[in-house]
Amino acid sequence: MLDIIEKYPILGAFGMTIYLTFFSAIGALVIGTILAVMRVSPVGVLRRLGSFYVNTVRNTPLTLILVLCSLGLLYILEINLADPKSPTSIVDNNIRWAIVGLAVYHAAFVCEALRSGVNTVPTGQAEAARSIGLTFGQSLREVILPQAFRGAIAPLGSVLIALTKNTTVASIIGVSEASGLMKEIIENETGGLPVFFVFALGFVILTLPVGVFFTSLSRRLAVKR
Amino acid sequence: MDELKPDQVDPSEDSSRPREPMVVIEGVNKHFGDLHVLRDINLTVGKGEVVVILGPSGSGKSTLCRAINRLETVESGTIAVDGNPLPEEGKPLAQLRADVGMVFQSFNLFAHKTIRDNVTLGPIKVRKKSKDEANALADRLLERVGVAEQAEKFPAQLSGGQQQRVAIARSLAMGPKVMLFDEPTSALDPEMVNEVLDVMVGLAKEGMTMIVVTHEMGFARKAADRVVFMADGQVVEVATPDEFFTNPRSDRAKDFLGKILTH
Repeated sequence: MLDIIEKYPILGAFGMTIYLTFFSAIGALVIGTILAVMRVSPVGVLRRLGSFYVNTVRNTPLTLILVLCSLGLLYILEINLADPKSPTSIVDNNIRWAIVGLAVYHAAFVCEALRSGVNTVPTGQAEAARSIGLTFGQSLREVILPQAFRGAIAPLGSVLIALTKNTTVASIIGVSEASGLMKEIIENETGGLPVFFVFALGFVILTLPVGVFFTSLSRRLAVKR
Repeated sequence: MDELKPDQVDPSEDSSRPREPMVVIEGVNKHFGDLHVLRDINLTVGKGEVVVILGPSGSGKSTLCRAINRLETVESGTIAVDGNPLPEEGKPLAQLRADVGMVFQSFNLFAHKTIRDNVTLGPIKVRKKSKDEANALADRLLERVGVAEQAEKFPAQLSGGQQQRVAIARSLAMGPKVMLFDEPTSALDPEMVNEVLDVMVGLAKEGMTMIVVTHEMGFARKAADRVVFMADGQVVEVATPDEFFTNPRSDRAKDFLGKILTH
Protein backbone atom coordinates (compact mmCIF):
# COMPACT_ATOMS: atom_id res chain seq x y z
CA MET A 1 0.00 0.00 0.00
CA LEU A 2 2.67 2.46 1.07
CA ASP A 3 4.72 1.84 -2.04
CA ILE A 4 1.70 2.69 -4.17
CA ILE A 5 1.21 5.92 -2.32
CA GLU A 6 4.83 6.81 -2.67
CA LYS A 7 4.71 6.18 -6.41
CA TYR A 8 2.08 8.82 -7.08
CA PRO A 9 2.07 12.55 -6.29
CA ILE A 10 -0.85 12.36 -3.87
CA LEU A 11 0.14 15.45 -1.92
CA GLY A 12 0.55 17.35 -5.16
CA ALA A 13 -2.94 16.29 -6.24
CA PHE A 14 -4.43 17.51 -2.98
CA GLY A 15 -2.38 20.64 -3.45
CA MET A 16 -4.26 21.17 -6.71
CA THR A 17 -7.54 20.58 -4.87
CA ILE A 18 -6.58 23.30 -2.38
CA TYR A 19 -5.43 25.59 -5.21
CA LEU A 20 -8.76 25.19 -7.04
CA THR A 21 -10.70 25.66 -3.80
CA PHE A 22 -8.79 28.76 -2.78
CA PHE A 23 -9.14 30.70 -6.01
CA SER A 24 -12.69 29.65 -6.83
CA ALA A 25 -13.72 30.50 -3.27
CA ILE A 26 -12.40 34.04 -3.71
CA GLY A 27 -14.13 34.33 -7.08
CA ALA A 28 -17.39 32.93 -5.71
CA LEU A 29 -17.28 35.33 -2.75
CA VAL A 30 -16.81 38.34 -5.00
CA ILE A 31 -19.45 37.35 -7.57
CA GLY A 32 -21.82 36.13 -4.84
CA THR A 33 -21.56 39.42 -2.93
CA ILE A 34 -22.34 41.40 -6.07
CA LEU A 35 -25.32 39.11 -6.74
CA ALA A 36 -26.56 39.48 -3.16
CA VAL A 37 -26.35 43.28 -3.42
CA MET A 38 -28.29 43.09 -6.69
CA ARG A 39 -30.94 40.90 -5.11
CA VAL A 40 -31.58 43.30 -2.22
CA SER A 41 -31.23 46.50 -4.27
CA PRO A 42 -34.19 48.81 -4.80
CA VAL A 43 -33.71 48.59 -8.58
CA GLY A 44 -36.13 46.07 -10.07
CA VAL A 45 -34.00 45.21 -13.09
CA LEU A 46 -31.00 44.34 -10.93
CA ARG A 47 -33.16 42.28 -8.59
CA ARG A 48 -34.57 40.27 -11.49
CA LEU A 49 -31.14 39.80 -13.07
CA GLY A 50 -29.82 38.55 -9.74
CA SER A 51 -32.63 36.06 -9.25
CA PHE A 52 -32.31 34.92 -12.87
CA TYR A 53 -28.61 34.20 -12.35
CA VAL A 54 -29.16 32.35 -9.09
CA ASN A 55 -32.07 30.29 -10.38
CA THR A 56 -30.30 29.36 -13.59
CA VAL A 57 -26.88 28.55 -12.21
CA ARG A 58 -28.04 26.90 -9.02
CA ASN A 59 -30.26 24.53 -10.97
CA THR A 60 -27.63 23.55 -13.55
CA PRO A 61 -25.37 20.59 -12.73
CA LEU A 62 -21.79 21.63 -12.04
CA THR A 63 -20.59 19.03 -14.54
CA LEU A 64 -22.52 20.81 -17.26
CA ILE A 65 -21.06 24.17 -16.34
CA LEU A 66 -17.49 22.86 -16.37
CA VAL A 67 -18.01 21.04 -19.68
CA LEU A 68 -19.44 24.27 -21.10
CA CYS A 69 -16.36 26.14 -19.89
CA SER A 70 -13.99 23.59 -21.37
CA LEU A 71 -15.67 22.47 -24.60
CA GLY A 72 -17.84 25.48 -25.27
CA LEU A 73 -15.78 28.44 -24.23
CA LEU A 74 -12.24 27.13 -24.49
CA TYR A 75 -12.35 24.79 -27.49
CA ILE A 76 -15.25 26.06 -29.60
CA LEU A 77 -15.13 29.79 -28.89
CA GLU A 78 -11.37 29.57 -28.29
CA ILE A 79 -11.37 31.92 -25.34
CA ASN A 80 -7.92 31.34 -23.88
CA LEU A 81 -7.17 32.16 -20.28
CA ALA A 82 -3.51 31.20 -20.73
CA ASP A 83 -0.93 32.10 -23.33
CA PRO A 84 -1.65 29.59 -26.15
CA LYS A 85 2.02 29.51 -27.13
CA SER A 86 3.27 28.47 -23.72
CA PRO A 87 4.11 24.77 -23.37
CA THR A 88 1.72 24.38 -20.42
CA SER A 89 -1.14 26.20 -22.12
CA ILE A 90 -3.53 23.23 -22.13
CA VAL A 91 -3.05 22.47 -18.46
CA ASP A 92 -3.21 26.16 -17.48
CA ASN A 93 -6.33 26.75 -19.53
CA ASN A 94 -8.05 23.77 -17.96
CA ILE A 95 -7.18 24.86 -14.43
CA ARG A 96 -8.23 28.47 -15.00
CA TRP A 97 -11.47 27.54 -16.68
CA ALA A 98 -12.17 25.10 -13.85
CA ILE A 99 -11.71 27.95 -11.39
CA VAL A 100 -14.04 30.18 -13.41
CA GLY A 101 -16.69 27.45 -13.62
CA LEU A 102 -16.46 26.61 -9.93
CA ALA A 103 -16.60 30.29 -8.95
CA VAL A 104 -19.57 31.04 -11.18
CA TYR A 105 -21.45 28.01 -9.88
CA HIS A 106 -20.80 28.55 -6.18
CA ALA A 107 -21.46 32.29 -6.44
CA ALA A 108 -25.15 31.42 -6.60
CA PHE A 109 -24.88 29.61 -3.25
CA VAL A 110 -22.77 32.37 -1.71
CA CYS A 111 -25.45 34.84 -2.79
CA GLU A 112 -28.18 32.85 -1.09
CA ALA A 113 -26.08 32.40 2.06
CA LEU A 114 -25.49 36.15 2.18
CA ARG A 115 -29.12 36.85 1.59
CA SER A 116 -30.00 34.67 4.55
CA GLY A 117 -27.44 36.76 6.43
CA VAL A 118 -29.15 39.97 5.33
CA ASN A 119 -32.38 38.57 6.72
CA THR A 120 -30.77 38.28 10.16
CA VAL A 121 -30.31 42.08 10.19
CA PRO A 122 -33.41 43.75 11.66
CA THR A 123 -35.09 46.31 9.37
CA GLY A 124 -34.57 48.93 12.07
CA GLN A 125 -30.84 48.87 11.31
CA ALA A 126 -31.47 49.89 7.71
CA GLU A 127 -34.00 52.53 8.80
CA ALA A 128 -31.54 54.00 11.28
CA ALA A 129 -28.84 54.03 8.61
CA ARG A 130 -31.10 55.80 6.16
CA SER A 131 -32.36 58.25 8.74
CA ILE A 132 -28.87 59.59 9.46
CA GLY A 133 -28.58 60.34 5.75
CA LEU A 134 -26.55 57.40 4.46
CA THR A 135 -27.25 56.57 0.82
CA PHE A 136 -28.35 53.07 -0.15
CA GLY A 137 -24.77 52.06 -1.00
CA GLN A 138 -23.40 53.50 2.23
CA SER A 139 -26.06 51.77 4.32
CA LEU A 140 -25.15 48.47 2.68
CA ARG A 141 -21.41 48.92 3.12
CA GLU A 142 -21.40 50.37 6.61
CA VAL A 143 -24.37 48.78 8.32
CA ILE A 144 -26.12 45.94 6.49
CA LEU A 145 -23.35 43.87 4.85
CA PRO A 146 -20.96 43.81 7.83
CA GLN A 147 -23.77 42.39 9.94
CA ALA A 148 -25.03 40.16 7.12
CA PHE A 149 -21.58 38.57 6.64
CA ARG A 150 -21.42 37.78 10.33
CA GLY A 151 -24.87 36.24 10.21
CA ALA A 152 -23.89 34.27 7.10
CA ILE A 153 -20.60 32.79 8.33
CA ALA A 154 -22.01 29.36 9.14
CA PRO A 155 -23.84 28.91 5.79
CA LEU A 156 -20.78 30.34 3.98
CA GLY A 157 -18.72 27.62 5.67
CA SER A 158 -21.09 25.00 4.28
CA VAL A 159 -20.66 26.48 0.81
CA LEU A 160 -16.87 26.34 1.19
CA ILE A 161 -17.01 22.68 2.24
CA ALA A 162 -19.24 21.86 -0.72
CA LEU A 163 -16.88 23.79 -2.98
CA THR A 164 -13.86 21.85 -1.70
CA LYS A 165 -15.55 18.56 -2.55
CA ASN A 166 -16.98 19.84 -5.82
CA THR A 167 -13.49 20.58 -7.13
CA THR A 168 -13.41 16.83 -7.89
CA VAL A 169 -15.68 17.55 -10.85
CA ALA A 170 -12.79 19.47 -12.44
CA SER A 171 -11.15 16.11 -13.20
CA ILE A 172 -13.64 15.64 -16.05
CA ILE A 173 -12.09 18.58 -17.90
CA GLY A 174 -8.60 17.22 -17.31
CA VAL A 175 -7.47 18.98 -14.17
CA SER A 176 -5.32 16.57 -12.19
CA GLU A 177 -6.69 17.11 -8.71
CA ALA A 178 -7.12 14.50 -6.01
CA SER A 179 -10.06 12.49 -7.35
CA GLY A 180 -8.54 12.35 -10.82
CA LEU A 181 -5.39 10.85 -9.38
CA MET A 182 -7.43 8.41 -7.33
CA LYS A 183 -9.14 7.11 -10.44
CA GLU A 184 -5.76 6.76 -12.11
CA ILE A 185 -4.28 4.81 -9.19
CA ILE A 186 -7.28 2.52 -8.93
CA GLU A 187 -7.09 1.77 -12.63
CA ASN A 188 -3.32 1.11 -12.60
CA GLU A 189 -2.87 -0.68 -9.30
CA THR A 190 -4.43 -3.39 -7.23
CA GLY A 191 -6.16 -2.68 -3.94
CA GLY A 192 -8.85 -0.21 -4.92
CA LEU A 193 -10.59 0.08 -1.58
CA PRO A 194 -7.65 1.20 0.57
CA VAL A 195 -6.75 3.77 -2.06
CA PHE A 196 -10.28 5.06 -1.95
CA PHE A 197 -10.13 5.37 1.84
CA VAL A 198 -6.83 7.26 1.67
CA PHE A 199 -8.41 9.85 -0.59
CA ALA A 200 -11.62 10.01 1.40
CA LEU A 201 -9.52 10.63 4.49
CA GLY A 202 -7.68 13.37 2.63
CA PHE A 203 -10.92 15.22 1.96
CA VAL A 204 -12.08 14.78 5.55
CA ILE A 205 -8.78 16.26 6.73
CA LEU A 206 -9.34 19.21 4.40
CA THR A 207 -12.96 19.94 5.21
CA LEU A 208 -13.40 18.99 8.87
CA PRO A 209 -11.22 21.86 10.17
CA VAL A 210 -13.04 24.24 7.83
CA GLY A 211 -16.34 23.31 9.44
CA VAL A 212 -14.94 23.61 12.97
CA PHE A 213 -13.26 26.92 12.16
CA PHE A 214 -16.36 28.47 10.62
CA THR A 215 -18.58 27.34 13.47
CA SER A 216 -16.31 28.92 16.06
CA LEU A 217 -15.90 32.01 13.90
CA SER A 218 -19.63 32.46 13.57
CA ARG A 219 -19.97 32.15 17.32
CA ARG A 220 -17.19 34.63 17.99
CA LEU A 221 -18.27 37.23 15.46
CA ALA A 222 -22.01 36.92 16.06
CA VAL A 223 -23.60 40.34 16.41
CA LYS A 224 -25.05 40.65 19.91
CA ARG A 225 -28.48 42.22 19.92
CA MET B 1 -28.16 76.68 20.91
CA ASP B 2 -30.24 79.55 22.25
CA GLU B 3 -32.02 79.49 25.52
CA LEU B 4 -35.75 79.38 25.16
CA LYS B 5 -37.13 82.87 24.93
CA PRO B 6 -39.99 83.71 27.29
CA ASP B 7 -42.36 84.48 24.46
CA GLN B 8 -41.85 80.99 23.10
CA VAL B 9 -42.96 79.38 26.31
CA ASP B 10 -46.46 80.73 25.95
CA PRO B 11 -48.05 78.66 23.25
CA SER B 12 -51.44 80.32 23.52
CA GLU B 13 -50.46 82.66 20.71
CA ASP B 14 -49.98 79.67 18.52
CA SER B 15 -53.11 80.25 16.49
CA SER B 16 -51.49 83.38 15.12
CA ARG B 17 -48.47 81.22 14.34
CA PRO B 18 -45.62 83.63 14.92
CA ARG B 19 -42.93 81.10 14.06
CA GLU B 20 -41.43 80.35 10.69
CA PRO B 21 -42.65 76.95 9.54
CA MET B 22 -40.15 74.07 9.76
CA VAL B 23 -42.31 71.09 8.82
CA VAL B 24 -45.37 71.59 6.65
CA ILE B 25 -47.71 68.66 6.06
CA GLU B 26 -50.52 69.25 3.59
CA GLY B 27 -53.32 66.94 2.55
CA VAL B 28 -51.41 63.74 3.28
CA ASN B 29 -53.12 60.40 2.70
CA LYS B 30 -51.89 56.85 3.08
CA HIS B 31 -53.39 53.38 3.07
CA PHE B 32 -52.07 50.09 4.42
CA GLY B 33 -54.14 47.78 2.25
CA ASP B 34 -57.74 48.61 3.09
CA LEU B 35 -56.80 50.57 6.17
CA HIS B 36 -56.78 54.32 5.66
CA VAL B 37 -54.00 55.14 8.14
CA LEU B 38 -53.55 58.80 7.29
CA ARG B 39 -56.64 60.76 6.29
CA ASP B 40 -56.00 64.14 4.80
CA ILE B 41 -53.49 65.27 7.42
CA ASN B 42 -52.62 68.97 7.64
CA LEU B 43 -50.10 70.11 10.20
CA THR B 44 -47.52 72.85 10.41
CA VAL B 45 -44.71 72.72 12.93
CA GLY B 46 -42.84 75.96 13.51
CA LYS B 47 -39.11 76.44 14.07
CA GLY B 48 -38.24 75.66 17.67
CA GLU B 49 -41.66 74.27 18.37
CA VAL B 50 -42.23 71.07 20.32
CA VAL B 51 -45.26 69.17 19.10
CA VAL B 52 -46.41 66.05 20.90
CA ILE B 53 -48.62 63.66 18.97
CA LEU B 54 -50.97 61.67 21.16
CA GLY B 55 -53.59 59.12 20.31
CA PRO B 56 -54.72 55.54 20.77
CA SER B 57 -52.63 52.83 19.10
CA GLY B 58 -53.45 52.39 15.44
CA SER B 59 -54.34 56.05 15.10
CA GLY B 60 -51.55 56.63 12.55
CA LYS B 61 -49.32 58.79 14.72
CA SER B 62 -46.20 56.66 14.22
CA THR B 63 -46.86 56.45 10.49
CA LEU B 64 -47.14 60.22 10.31
CA CYS B 65 -43.89 60.62 12.22
CA ARG B 66 -42.10 58.17 9.91
CA ALA B 67 -43.55 59.84 6.82
CA ILE B 68 -41.77 63.07 7.71
CA ASN B 69 -38.41 61.58 6.73
CA ARG B 70 -39.99 59.27 4.19
CA LEU B 71 -39.42 56.00 5.98
CA GLU B 72 -43.07 55.67 4.99
CA THR B 73 -44.14 56.94 1.59
CA VAL B 74 -47.41 58.80 1.26
CA GLU B 75 -49.95 58.45 -1.54
CA SER B 76 -51.06 62.02 -1.86
CA GLY B 77 -50.33 65.39 -0.36
CA THR B 78 -47.00 67.04 0.34
CA ILE B 79 -44.55 67.15 3.20
CA ALA B 80 -41.93 69.88 3.26
CA VAL B 81 -39.05 70.30 5.68
CA ASP B 82 -37.60 73.79 6.01
CA GLY B 83 -39.23 74.80 2.74
CA ASN B 84 -38.03 71.79 0.74
CA PRO B 85 -40.56 69.18 -0.35
CA LEU B 86 -39.41 65.62 0.38
CA PRO B 87 -37.45 64.24 -2.59
CA GLU B 88 -38.55 60.92 -4.03
CA GLU B 89 -35.42 58.81 -3.70
CA GLY B 90 -31.65 58.80 -3.98
CA LYS B 91 -29.09 61.36 -2.91
CA PRO B 92 -31.42 64.35 -2.37
CA LEU B 93 -33.55 62.24 -0.02
CA ALA B 94 -30.45 61.08 1.87
CA GLN B 95 -29.36 64.72 2.24
CA LEU B 96 -32.75 65.71 3.59
CA ARG B 97 -32.76 62.82 6.04
CA ALA B 98 -29.39 63.97 7.34
CA ASP B 99 -31.13 67.16 8.48
CA VAL B 100 -33.98 65.31 10.14
CA GLY B 101 -33.04 63.41 13.28
CA MET B 102 -34.99 60.28 14.08
CA VAL B 103 -35.18 58.38 17.35
CA PHE B 104 -36.89 54.99 17.23
CA GLN B 105 -38.84 53.02 19.76
CA SER B 106 -36.36 50.13 19.48
CA PHE B 107 -33.24 52.39 19.54
CA ASN B 108 -31.77 50.75 16.41
CA LEU B 109 -28.18 51.43 17.33
CA PHE B 110 -25.79 49.82 14.85
CA ALA B 111 -25.22 46.52 16.63
CA HIS B 112 -21.76 45.83 15.20
CA LYS B 113 -20.28 49.24 16.04
CA THR B 114 -19.11 50.71 19.32
CA ILE B 115 -21.11 53.49 20.92
CA ARG B 116 -18.65 56.11 19.71
CA ASP B 117 -18.64 54.70 16.18
CA ASN B 118 -22.43 54.76 16.17
CA VAL B 119 -22.29 58.50 16.74
CA THR B 120 -19.41 59.24 14.35
CA LEU B 121 -20.67 57.23 11.36
CA GLY B 122 -23.02 59.93 10.06
CA PRO B 123 -20.67 62.89 10.65
CA ILE B 124 -17.83 61.05 8.86
CA LYS B 125 -19.75 59.52 5.95
CA VAL B 126 -22.42 62.15 5.38
CA ARG B 127 -21.00 65.40 6.79
CA LYS B 128 -17.47 64.49 5.61
CA LYS B 129 -15.91 65.41 8.93
CA SER B 130 -12.44 64.12 9.78
CA LYS B 131 -12.21 61.23 12.20
CA ASP B 132 -10.75 63.43 14.93
CA GLU B 133 -13.43 66.06 14.54
CA ALA B 134 -16.15 63.43 14.60
CA ASN B 135 -14.67 61.73 17.66
CA ALA B 136 -14.50 65.02 19.52
CA LEU B 137 -18.10 65.77 18.58
CA ALA B 138 -19.18 62.28 19.65
CA ASP B 139 -17.45 62.55 23.00
CA ARG B 140 -19.06 65.92 23.62
CA LEU B 141 -22.54 64.62 22.78
CA LEU B 142 -22.10 61.37 24.73
CA GLU B 143 -21.00 63.47 27.70
CA ARG B 144 -24.09 65.58 27.30
CA VAL B 145 -26.48 62.63 27.32
CA GLY B 146 -24.53 61.09 30.19
CA VAL B 147 -23.03 57.96 28.64
CA ALA B 148 -19.47 59.13 28.01
CA GLU B 149 -17.97 56.24 30.00
CA GLN B 150 -19.65 53.73 27.67
CA ALA B 151 -18.07 55.01 24.45
CA GLU B 152 -15.98 51.89 23.81
CA LYS B 153 -18.79 49.41 24.49
CA PHE B 154 -21.21 47.82 22.08
CA PRO B 155 -24.93 48.61 22.13
CA ALA B 156 -25.93 45.20 23.54
CA GLN B 157 -23.83 45.93 26.64
CA LEU B 158 -25.88 49.02 27.53
CA SER B 159 -29.24 49.32 29.24
CA GLY B 160 -32.24 50.40 27.19
CA GLY B 161 -32.21 53.89 28.63
CA GLN B 162 -28.52 54.29 27.85
CA GLN B 163 -29.03 52.97 24.32
CA GLN B 164 -31.83 55.41 23.68
CA ARG B 165 -29.72 58.31 24.93
CA VAL B 166 -26.95 57.21 22.56
CA ALA B 167 -29.53 57.13 19.77
CA ILE B 168 -30.40 60.74 20.59
CA ALA B 169 -26.70 61.66 20.55
CA ARG B 170 -26.34 59.92 17.18
CA SER B 171 -29.14 62.06 15.76
CA LEU B 172 -27.78 65.25 17.31
CA ALA B 173 -24.36 64.59 15.78
CA MET B 174 -25.86 65.37 12.37
CA GLY B 175 -26.89 68.85 13.54
CA PRO B 176 -30.53 68.24 12.63
CA LYS B 177 -33.04 71.00 11.92
CA VAL B 178 -35.82 68.94 13.42
CA MET B 179 -35.93 65.80 15.54
CA LEU B 180 -38.55 63.10 15.27
CA PHE B 181 -39.21 60.81 18.21
CA ASP B 182 -41.25 57.69 17.49
CA GLU B 183 -42.39 56.44 20.91
CA PRO B 184 -38.88 56.80 22.33
CA THR B 185 -39.72 55.47 25.78
CA SER B 186 -42.26 52.76 24.95
CA ALA B 187 -39.68 49.94 24.89
CA LEU B 188 -37.99 51.03 28.12
CA ASP B 189 -38.24 49.63 31.62
CA PRO B 190 -40.17 52.15 33.74
CA GLU B 191 -37.16 53.21 35.79
CA MET B 192 -35.32 54.23 32.64
CA VAL B 193 -38.04 56.37 31.12
CA ASN B 194 -37.09 59.50 33.00
CA GLU B 195 -33.42 59.55 32.06
CA VAL B 196 -34.47 59.66 28.40
CA LEU B 197 -37.25 62.19 28.96
CA ASP B 198 -34.81 64.44 30.84
CA VAL B 199 -32.56 64.58 27.80
CA MET B 200 -35.57 65.37 25.61
CA VAL B 201 -36.79 68.12 27.91
CA GLY B 202 -33.29 69.58 27.82
CA LEU B 203 -33.38 69.58 24.03
CA ALA B 204 -36.79 71.23 24.00
CA LYS B 205 -35.56 73.98 26.32
CA GLU B 206 -32.66 74.66 23.99
CA GLY B 207 -35.05 75.41 21.17
CA MET B 208 -34.83 72.22 19.11
CA THR B 209 -37.78 71.68 16.80
CA MET B 210 -39.28 68.40 17.94
CA ILE B 211 -42.11 66.13 16.87
CA VAL B 212 -42.70 63.53 19.53
CA VAL B 213 -45.01 60.55 19.35
CA THR B 214 -45.39 59.35 22.90
CA HIS B 215 -47.65 58.07 25.64
CA GLU B 216 -45.84 60.10 28.27
CA MET B 217 -48.43 62.66 29.29
CA GLY B 218 -46.01 64.17 31.78
CA PHE B 219 -43.61 65.03 28.97
CA ALA B 220 -46.44 66.50 26.92
CA ARG B 221 -47.44 68.76 29.81
CA LYS B 222 -43.90 69.76 30.65
CA ALA B 223 -42.29 70.30 27.28
CA ALA B 224 -44.90 70.55 24.53
CA ASP B 225 -45.92 73.78 22.88
CA ARG B 226 -48.82 72.03 21.22
CA VAL B 227 -50.53 68.69 21.51
CA VAL B 228 -51.87 67.02 18.39
CA PHE B 229 -54.48 64.38 19.12
CA MET B 230 -54.95 61.75 16.41
CA ALA B 231 -57.55 59.03 16.11
CA ASP B 232 -58.41 56.73 13.19
CA GLY B 233 -55.84 58.39 10.95
CA GLN B 234 -57.16 61.89 11.46
CA VAL B 235 -55.97 64.90 13.38
CA VAL B 236 -58.89 65.32 15.74
CA GLU B 237 -57.67 68.11 17.93
CA VAL B 238 -54.77 70.53 18.16
CA ALA B 239 -54.39 72.45 21.39
CA THR B 240 -51.96 73.66 24.00
CA PRO B 241 -51.19 70.97 26.60
CA ASP B 242 -53.09 72.93 29.22
CA GLU B 243 -56.22 73.19 27.11
CA PHE B 244 -55.99 69.63 25.93
CA PHE B 245 -55.59 67.99 29.32
CA THR B 246 -58.00 70.19 31.25
CA ASN B 247 -60.62 70.88 28.64
CA PRO B 248 -60.52 68.56 25.63
CA ARG B 249 -63.06 69.57 22.99
CA SER B 250 -63.64 66.35 21.05
CA ASP B 251 -65.39 63.27 22.39
CA ARG B 252 -62.57 61.05 21.13
CA ALA B 253 -60.04 63.02 23.15
CA LYS B 254 -62.26 62.99 26.25
CA ASP B 255 -62.65 59.25 25.88
CA PHE B 256 -58.90 58.77 25.41
CA LEU B 257 -57.95 60.93 28.37
CA GLY B 258 -60.62 59.27 30.48
CA LYS B 259 -59.00 55.93 29.84
CA ILE B 260 -55.44 56.92 30.60
CA LEU B 261 -55.79 59.50 33.32
CA THR B 262 -58.09 57.59 35.66
CA HIS B 263 -55.26 55.52 37.16
